[in-house]
Amino acid sequence: MKIDWAALGNTFGVSLLITLGVVTAFCLGVSALSRREAAAVGGAASVARGTALAVAVVSFTACAAAVGYGLYLIAGA
Amino acid sequence: MEHMSFLVAVVIITALAFDFTNGFHDTANAMATSIATGALKPKVAVAISGVLNLAGAFLSVAVAKTISGGLVDEKAGIQPAVVFAALIGAIIWNLVTWLRGIPSSSSHALYGGLIGATLVAVGMHGVHFDVVVTKILIPAAASPVVAGVAAWGATKIAYRMTAKGSESVNTKGFKAGQIASASLVSLAHGTNDAQKTMGVITLTLVTAGAIAPGSNPPTWVIVSSGLAIALGTYLGGWRIIRTLGRGIAEIEAPQGFAAQTASATVILTSSHMGFGLSTTQVCSGGIMGAGKGGRTGQVNWSTARRMAYAWCLTLPAAALLGGGGALLVDRGAVGEVALALVGVGASLWIYLLSRRQRVDAGNVVEASTVGEPTPLTPVPAATGPIAA
Repeated sequence: MKIDWAALGNTFGVSLLITLGVVTAFCLGVSALSRREAAAVGGAASVARGTALAVAVVSFTACAAAVGYGLYLIAGA
Repeated sequence: MEHMSFLVAVVIITALAFDFTNGFHDTANAMATSIATGALKPKVAVAISGVLNLAGAFLSVAVAKTISGGLVDEKAGIQPAVVFAALIGAIIWNLVTWLRGIPSSSSHALYGGLIGATLVAVGMHGVHFDVVVTKILIPAAASPVVAGVAAWGATKIAYRMTAKGSESVNTKGFKAGQIASASLVSLAHGTNDAQKTMGVITLTLVTAGAIAPGSNPPTWVIVSSGLAIALGTYLGGWRIIRTLGRGIAEIEAPQGFAAQTASATVILTSSHMGFGLSTTQVCSGGIMGAGKGGRTGQVNWSTARRMAYAWCLTLPAAALLGGGGALLVDRGAVGEVALALVGVGASLWIYLLSRRQRVDAGNVVEASTVGEPTPLTPVPAATGPIAA
């Protein structure tokens, strides 16, 4: 019986990295939305709001890409 | 199909029945945390999960073609009757654990049933024990830990990064994230688990000579397997949803999001790497990790411990039931009829027991008002005898 420790280790590492990566991206997006709201309430410059929105869009797009890759894996597996 | 004997028809119906129990046993995996945090209303959650399980069933037939995954030696003389015994064993174990509200692995129940029935019917050489260890036991032990660690880290990150943000934006965002990640888990579940039933039915058809070896599952098999698991999912295993959503830890939206994201990732990565895995165990591990990483860091370890016992028991218990069934069907037609009666009788009995203390969409989140984590069993002493 041969236990493929390398494959197990890979699975562990890759899962951990992807999870933390996706969650970080998502949280960047959420906190950007918070900033945008705060900027809107505080009457801050529209540049600040625009930047926050752009960060949010980029972050959520990254998450969506990860989900898309997940779907690709499900269908292709 | 015109050659289908009565027994083959019975096996197919039993396989679909197993598929159904698989669905409602595992609704909790994807949806328990979303229901617990209120991201989704209970009925809406199970409806989404049901539809996605159905969709998932059509995505791929790769798993179905290697159903036993080399687990049992198909050439060693597996008859439809043996598959029948395996399925009855798996169904009964699934129902017993559901009655107790324990999220145990449906896949392990199926594997256990197949192993036990094969051992009895054709002997030791019929089971590839090295495959059992490397493809099932080791991933089973490792995957909840991986999901737990990932969910713990993800929860820490989620709370830290959004601490300064507005509460309402955070809650809204994380609830949306929960729905997305839970949907992905549902889809992956449909793909993995519906295919196991497709594989069993296809295997039966092959052994009965109805279709050629190595064929893809016929379309009606794919459709019926998808429908059975979707229906089971939609009816919802509320007892298990309560255990996972409320029994392990008090889950807030960021934790639910972290747990489901970790679970989805682990499920997809490990199935990509070819490890058979239990969605249930991964999701339970994720929820424990998220509970540990949360504000209070409180996890109801006694519930977690009982769950872990059930995980260890699932394979041998289902094997014992499957093996017992195989002994019965060995007696010929009389034994087959007797086993069918046992299966139907046991299912009915468990269903009646479950009616004594119902858990449904209406009271599934009730424990939240109490504030204390719910004890594991919604049905106390009443079920003593069958848990033995």
